[in-house]
Amino acid sequence: MSEIHTEHAHDEHAGLSKKKIWQVFGVLLMITVIEFIIALWVIPNKHMSQHIGNYVYIVLTLIKAYYIVAYFMHLKYEKLGLQLTLTVSFIFIIYFIVLMLIEGGYLHLHMPLV
Amino acid sequence: MSSLSQLDQVKTTPWSGGRSPWSVEYGKLMMWFFLISDAFTFSSLLVYYGAQRFTKFTWPDPDLVFQSIPGITDSGAPLVFVGLMTFILIMSSVTMVLAVEAGHRRSKREVIWWMVATIIGGLMFLGCQAAEWTHLFHEGFGWGKIPNAETLKHLFTGEVSTVSALQFSNLFFTITGFHGFHVFSGVIINIIILCMTINGTFEKRGHYLMIEKVGLYWHFVDLVWVFVFTFFYLV
Repeated sequence: MSEIHTEHAHDEHAGLSKKKIWQVFGVLLMITVIEFIIALWVIPNKHMSQHIGNYVYIVLTLIKAYYIVAYFMHLKYEKLGLQLTLTVSFIFIIYFIVLMLIEGGYLHLHMPLV
Repeated sequence: MSSLSQLDQVKTTPWSGGRSPWSVEYGKLMMWFFLISDAFTFSSLLVYYGAQRFTKFTWPDPDLVFQSIPGITDSGAPLVFVGLMTFILIMSSVTMVLAVEAGHRRSKREVIWWMVATIIGGLMFLGCQAAEWTHLFHEGFGWGKIPNAETLKHLFTGEVSTVSALQFSNLFFTITGFHGFHVFSGVIINIIILCMTINGTFEKRGHYLMIEKVGLYWHFVDLVWVFVFTFFYLV
């Protein structure tokens, strides 16, 4: 049993270098700081509307998610088959989001104001 | 070469069996599949939250709701405390990935210290969350509970809606609670793995793959927080 495991351990790619880890940390921190600047300065001072700000937040969040999954969770260095298996299933979530936003939009227009 | 001998040939392609086609260890693959199912659960919660918010004409303004730094000030510091919480969680993700890196080099001592740092980060996050919840409870929020009309007036920029406030309250405690429960489980798992490391279990096994598996879980918790943070505190 242990022999099999050792073999796999050798199969694994070498982990991230320490330099890369701190680089990714820097990116995550920078994006979070940018989000705070938008929330506390850009939008209150009317340089950007809340509506556009929301889109910016979502894009920045997806970038952060990419960095966490790709580097910290090491998915960037896995085989393509595994990458596809894990990411393509999120098409259902995208479908669900679209579905619920359409439903929400309908209710928004048709529900009495409370 | 006759056709028979071709059939007899041993296939060596990744999918002809006998080895992992993705060269991923079994437990790691199962952790990935668990995380996908967990991601679906969190997505459902967040999508429902989004849909609810989308139907409403007004919603409590996060800049006005989250103004306190427990123990320091009750108002006037929008998003500062949650910023601290976000920083703590990202930082503990970094210490976790450093533990994984040390595991690759099979440096037991370094793995132990990075795991300890990760556990401390997790506990700090839970402490912050407890403080924030306590503050909101004192304001009158809770499952099925909202503050009185006087307080609510200060939490909306537009018109006040008790239905929106109630939906916000229920969804906030449910979703951050579910996330906090994940952080709590993560801390417990990390403590177990730390004990196993100290006992030399992985040293005997010859590899530190287990650190990678709990690492995947821990990063996932961080990943979920990134989304919770955006949709509850920023948008």
